[in-house]
Amino acid sequence: MPEQRFTVDDLTRILTEGAGADETVDLSGDILDTDFEELGYESLALLETCGLIEREYGITLDDDTVTEHRTPRAMVEAVNARLSATV
Amino acid sequence: MTTGVTTSAKPKVVVTGIGAAAPNGVGTHDYWSATRVGRNAIGRVTRFDPTPYPARLAGEITGFTAADHLPSRLLPQTDRMTRIALAAADWALTDAKADPASFDAYEMGVITASSSGGFEFGQNELRKLWSMGSQHVSAYQSFAWFYAVNSGQISIRNGMKGPSGVVVSDQAGGLDALAQARRQIRKGTPLILSGSIDAPICPWGWVAQLAGGRLSTVEDPERAFVPFDPDAAGHVPGEGGAILVMEDAERAVERGARAYGELAGYGATFDPAPGSGREPGLRRAAELAMADAGVAADEVDVVFADAAGVPELDRVEAEVITGLFGPRGVPVTAPKTMIGRLCSGAAPLDVATALLAIEEGLIPPTTNTSPDPGLGLDLVLHQPRPASVRTALVLARGHGGFNSAVVVRGTD
Repeated sequence: MPEQRFTVDDLTRILTEGAGADETVDLSGDILDTDFEELGYESLALLETCGLIEREYGITLDDDTVTEHRTPRAMVEAVNARLSATV
Repeated sequence: MTTGVTTSAKPKVVVTGIGAAAPNGVGTHDYWSATRVGRNAIGRVTRFDPTPYPARLAGEITGFTAADHLPSRLLPQTDRMTRIALAAADWALTDAKADPASFDAYEMGVITASSSGGFEFGQNELRKLWSMGSQHVSAYQSFAWFYAVNSGQISIRNGMKGPSGVVVSDQAGGLDALAQARRQIRKGTPLILSGSIDAPICPWGWVAQLAGGRLSTVEDPERAFVPFDPDAAGHVPGEGGAILVMEDAERAVERGARAYGELAGYGATFDPAPGSGREPGLRRAAELAMADAGVAADEVDVVFADAAGVPELDRVEAEVITGLFGPRGVPVTAPKTMIGRLCSGAAPLDVATALLAIEEGLIPPTTNTSPDPGLGLDLVLHQPRPASVRTALVLARGHGGFNSAVVVRGTD
């Protein structure tokens, strides 16, 4: 089954594009299990990011994606789960 | 003029910091350097192609690069007016040597004025909505267009949780915001950032202003906005304004701050219904402000005029000034002739300019205008006028009947 993989690099690219990046945070570091709040992203930044992911990957994320998935690892997994489901 | 007014023991409120951003100068130093010598900055609109519109001139801010002043997190979520306002707030705090971290969060508030909110941001998102669909609309549209957004973003950036809000009464709002800040300081909040920055030079903002019916369609930048001139035919819009640090005078002294001057008096009125035949409210607003400050007409050293550039409104304002001070009885100036009318940003910038005039002892000129001598105004024309300035009256009118006046007074 061909899989379109969504990686943490894709996530940080889209986060930066849609919401900018906190100058005090190194997004290229080990951030997989860091809460988005600590990375400088509030819920609206994540809402914007989810919108950009949906458009780029042609998927629809659940409304509670932003509140349910509080770390990059959880978000990447949620997006990949949706990508698998739609293939 | 009411006489025998007793000044009550209300706490003094002073301005300790100025952050100015105007078409002829970004930052207080550059703005004053340009304004004191009458440097014009009205030109053909460059932020969009104005060819299809009847009005094509504006006072545009050039040389402001938001990324030089703001973190990248703020850029996707801010309209141009908010970016300029955030930078101006930083400059004002630096000028006041007021470090927000040294105050309790609830000891600081933000009260700005706005005429239109974030027009350009809103326009871009509406364009995406109708051309690409709702999925393409930024989540930040939820607040980035909103009237109160400058207050909100300044509050968040500087950790200010005291009394905050926004006043919307067009150009008069710029003074109404300062008055509301003074009210809150007198109720016990030591420091409030106040003033206004507006930046509606985009097609949507343009058609909204055209609908007001007061934009000049004259093509010559030196003849398009000529208040009190027999050829006055409307105004040129501009962008910018000023953010001021306002403080309780005693608290300012305690922390060793220097004050430009005091917001000594304020008055606001609303015009009677059109066709009622009753007198417009501007005169009463000026009288209220002077009474509130406890100053008599002969104590006012300069008037910063609203300068509508519409013959009937110019006549009304000239009658108010000559009625209060006598024919050619007080120097009058309108530095906004250099830069256009900045919506609600205009009056806080005039207050800043009045304070800088007090500081230097120099009244900046009114440019471009050749006033009708029959109006009886002593307009400071073409060249700055050295003068001992201690007390200034600033007038502002908003579309739809708003009149506001402020008296600022130098500290001794």
